[in-house]
Amino acid sequence: MALDGNAIGGLFIEIFGADMTSAQATCAACGAVRPLADTLVYLRGPGTVVRCRQCTNVLMVICRIRELNCVDLSGIKTLHATVPQA
Amino acid sequence: MAGTAVRGRLNWHVATVASVTDETDTVRTITLDLPDWPGHQAGQHLDVRLTAEDGYAAERSYSIAAAAGEPVAITVERLDDGEVSPYLTRELRPGDQMEVRGPIGNWFTWAPGDGGPLLLIAGGSGVVPLRAILRQRQRSGSTVPARLLYSSRSLEDVIYRHELDQYRGTADVRYTLTRRQPPGWDGFSGRVDDAMLARIAWPARQRPLTFVCGPTRFVEAVAGLLVARHYPETQVKTERFGGA
Repeated sequence: MALDGNAIGGLFIEIFGADMTSAQATCAACGAVRPLADTLVYLRGPGTVVRCRQCTNVLMVICRIRELNCVDLSGIKTLHATVPQA
Repeated sequence: MAGTAVRGRLNWHVATVASVTDETDTVRTITLDLPDWPGHQAGQHLDVRLTAEDGYAAERSYSIAAAAGEPVAITVERLDDGEVSPYLTRELRPGDQMEVRGPIGNWFTWAPGDGGPLLLIAGGSGVVPLRAILRQRQRSGSTVPARLLYSSRSLEDVIYRHELDQYRGTADVRYTLTRRQPPGWDGFSGRVDDAMLARIAWPARQRPLTFVCGPTRFVEAVAGLLVARHYPETQVKTERFGGA
């Protein structure tokens, strides 16, 4: 069963350096705009797979190889995140 | 913003268990002493990392059960085939330590300034972040109207029952019991359905702030019912968890 983007909020901070669960992602396949919190997230495979809730297109794949997070973002057209307040 | 942690960066902190409280036969609240904690909002979660002597590490996410400004606490349900929860709910003692990072998540959160009315719908231990929201509302003296619909297997499985019952003075708190009802039970029975939502869900035109948390199937079902009741998807915030 899929979880959602809340489940990888910590991983998002590791990768982006800021909380990204409210960030609005535009799906490169169907154009749906949703917060990353509202994506389909699959944790059970060898990597973490994030899919569009609208069309199930793969938005992101995140693999950790030893000390490296490898991130494929090709399924996301745009990502809009609020600038963190200092 | 006390402490030495770099703001915006997610550092692992060593937390010391301050106290443990059994909520039900399988659920325990663990209050943590976290000197460098930057503070959190109601609804956020944290990651826990446990490392075995041989170096094997397991990470899990848990919702924060405490309101903003309160000592950090998590509430953990024991899953018998779980790797982490049996340790947290059976073995862990005050004074024990674990690694924690957070707070995490700025989407599934509520602060008094966000307003309402609030519609909170929980399945099982999905009540944890919603309890934090109700505590936050209570602590802040917020008069935002709030309703909680909490689906639980039985009355004995209702987490925070004593506390939630106390909110009845200022909020509408309802339970639905899916597997077993006590004699004379006059609350809801069975899974959340449209008839229940017809009784408890604010009309969509009141633009309620809606938070749904529970296992994936529960959340999908409830979110679908709410959208069918013309709740805009953008106003239904959902958080799903799975067992592990």
